[in-house]
Amino acid sequence: MEPNELREWEQKCIQEEPPQCTAACPIHLDARLFVRQVGEGDWGGALKTLAKTMPFPRILGRICDHPCEHACLRGEAGEPIAIGALERLCVETVQQRVVPSMLPRKRLAIAVVGSGLGSLTVAWDLLRKGYDLTLFEPGSRLGGSLWSLPENILPPEVLSAELELLTELGATVELFAKVGRPNTVVTLSESFAAVYIGLDTQGVNLNLLDLDDQGAVQVDPLTMATSRTGVFAGGRADDTKSPIAAVLAGRRAATSIDRFVTNVSMESGREKEGPYATLLYTSLAGVAPLPRIAAANPASGYNAEEALKEAGRCIQCECLECVKVCSYLEKFKGYPRKYAREIYNNERMVPGGVHRANLLVNSCSNCGLCATVCPNDFHMGELCHDARLSMVARAKMPPAAHEFALLDLEFSSSDKFALARHEPGLTASRYLFFPSCQLAGSAPGQVSEAYGFLRQQLSGGVGLMLNCCGAPGFWAGRDDLFYAAIRTLRTEWHALGEPVMIVACSSCLAIFREQLPEIPLVSLWEVLEQTGLPNTAAEAGRLAVVDPCSSRLDPAVQKSVRRLLERLGAAIEELPLHGDKPECCGFGGLMANANPALAREVVARRLAASDSDYLAYCAMCRDHFTAAGKRTTHLIDLIFPVETREDPAGRPATGWSLRHENRARLKEALLKELWGEATVTVAEYERRRVEIPPDVLALMEARRILVADVQRVIEYGERTGNRLRSEENGLCRAYFRPHRVTFWVDYRQQGEGFIVANAYCHRMEIVRSSHEHV
Amino acid sequence: MSMCEQDPATWSCDRCAVALVPGKVEFSYMGGSFKVDLPVCPDCGLVLVPEELAVGRMADAEKILEDK
Ligand code: SF4
Ligand code: SF4
Ligand code: SF4
Ligand SMILES: [Zn+2]
Repeated sequence: MEPNELREWEQKCIQEEPPQCTAACPIHLDARLFVRQVGEGDWGGALKTLAKTMPFPRILGRICDHPCEHACLRGEAGEPIAIGALERLCVETVQQRVVPSMLPRKRLAIAVVGSGLGSLTVAWDLLRKGYDLTLFEPGSRLGGSLWSLPENILPPEVLSAELELLTELGATVELFAKVGRPNTVVTLSESFAAVYIGLDTQGVNLNLLDLDDQGAVQVDPLTMATSRTGVFAGGRADDTKSPIAAVLAGRRAATSIDRFVTNVSMESGREKEGPYATLLYTSLAGVAPLPRIAAANPASGYNAEEALKEAGRCIQCECLECVKVCSYLEKFKGYPRKYAREIYNNERMVPGGVHRANLLVNSCSNCGLCATVCPNDFHMGELCHDARLSMVARAKMPPAAHEFALLDLEFSSSDKFALARHEPGLTASRYLFFPSCQLAGSAPGQVSEAYGFLRQQLSGGVGLMLNCCGAPGFWAGRDDLFYAAIRTLRTEWHALGEPVMIVACSSCLAIFREQLPEIPLVSLWEVLEQTGLPNTAAEAGRLAVVDPCSSRLDPAVQKSVRRLLERLGAAIEELPLHGDKPECCGFGGLMANANPALAREVVARRLAASDSDYLAYCAMCRDHFTAAGKRTTHLIDLIFPVETREDPAGRPATGWSLRHENRARLKEALLKELWGEATVTVAEYERRRVEIPPDVLALMEARRILVADVQRVIEYGERTGNRLRSEENGLCRAYFRPHRVTFWVDYRQQGEGFIVANAYCHRMEIVRSSHEHV
Repeated sequence: MSMCEQDPATWSCDRCAVALVPGKVEFSYMGGSFKVDLPVCPDCGLVLVPEELAVGRMADAEKILEDK
């Protein structure tokens, strides 16, 4: 990933944008955090949050005119949060001192004239930045018009105590300062690195500064600079009308002064000073409107209990739309913007990078739900796919992540399963049935029935293509394997006379649509709508339809499936996430390979959506759900019932070994029955007859060990004699490494065959061994 | 790593008809290599990786190396 690509990804995810309240606050107080702390009763923390942004929090917390409240999103569901009132209670009740953090001293002297709210803010900010600051006040006390505020709003003792902070922070204060002389501005700007003049100060001689049309001192609204270099000004006599506006003006001036004396551009990068429109999106779905909590005694404001309730109304605005619907995004405890950064750091080997990044990249199911719900279409699957391609290119992809699925792809595209033919007896094909490797592996009998039905119903020839669409290669970032698969399919389709392809699997459809746009495609379900259903079709009851994630962009297929179900008499239940929002079953993106535990959680989450039986039209969805104990029918089980007519949902889940076997048997059977050909060469190891008890088979399934692997080990052990023998019970144990996994099998001979007692495997390779005994 | 957890005496090498003895086995994975104490056949070098080791500490080590 290039740095600019990282930035593009980061910009797409607006989760870190500030909430409405903070963006509307002229000084960007973290109101969301503040309100949360109040809601948690953490008053000390809440005061610290105020002090982080506010100058003189005990003053401003009482008098701020809170423009944030107009923007507060709660206003769209009831009334805005009373942020101002909460601030007031906070500074009233918490007595602990707040000492602002200070930067190291800079030994640069700045002058501030006047001590209204704007001047005080300039002084506060610059003192904290480490400047030597002298405050010139012509009057007898600091505070300017702040003293004119009603006592119940700003008690005089609070004001004087807070003003004392200035000297504590190290300011030099000159009261009765002579600032009315004609050369005041010159003298100050010659003796100080920069000068700020509060225009709300009585009796300052401003004769050297240019005036605007209204006769006031001309001040640049962005930088608060006057016509004289190094002299800044702000503040009006009526500052108390909007105290926070006065504070903003002071803060702008302080920023300019800091930049001016350190020779940094005063203009650049100031767009987000003051109120601005945030890009944060927060959904109000499910947020019931709530009115503002009223104080029992309006004159004294909220008591603690009322404040807690009021703060409890805060939505704690944030986006996380994608995280709410995706177990994977939730699992890694962040959100896409963070993940993009982690993946980038990992790829660039930034020191301190997070070591979970490989797992992060390989766990996404690439289902695209995130992009559907994200206000900016952030597609985590694309980010992860790019990262996988890069890992493969840099030889950093752990083989364990995808190898098993890639071997499945290899099997399906091998002679064991792959086939492309015209209908028996014909030399042309108007159609070409592509049942998909997974449906053939899960429901071979139903596929065979469907092919028969299509031949019977459609004229012009229905060819058959058995193969894999290459999806595992795509998901694994193995473009070499993926495009090889696509090329083969294209070549065979040409050779068969470019027929219309009838595709049963939504994943295949999605891939073909993108990679093979020249092929006319139609889904099996749409075809069956046209031909009508066979009269052997089963009747359907109440079913909740689980759309596969790959049907997200295919409303036509989704509708077609529903119409077929209606014809079968089904009472259709729609799940909360359907249509363009289905989740994945954990197979997509090879999640179940790279992160089986997460895939189980994903399945559990989908199963929790309804108690009804599920109806799937993706073989992997059906098998994953069935394996997790959910009664799930595949649509093909209803339309072409094979021994499942009584209870189509009762068909057991198909494990990996059985899938291979089913595919191979389907091909054999079709070759024999339809084309009158006997098959297929059988490898030596396949002749080893093995008997595997169900518990061992289940263990093998979990450990991703195929029956064929076990046969290979036994064949090797028996052929070479390289095997161990238990002295206790005569059991044999042999090991063999056909690919990149070493398989171990415990077995015992029985008649012509073998009984398997256990199987396990590891990926570490045995390089050599030596014994210590001489 | 020392992972010699199974008594080598209970398994013997069938081909050489001798009992396994303690030995050292070198493994490699994802660019790293490791020596582990395991039972081996003193004559032909056939090794024994016990199940607990393969699905336990070895699997954990594989995962760590994969996420490096
Ligand atoms: S939906 Fe997700 S990716 Fe999109 S902006 Fe929100 S948090 Fe970021
Ligand atoms: S609801 Fe809370 S977080 Fe959202 S804008 Fe209002 S105060 Fe801020
Ligand atoms: S699993 Fe699906 S929703 Fe979740 S991040 Fe990946 S593509 Fe997005
Ligand atoms: Zn031996």
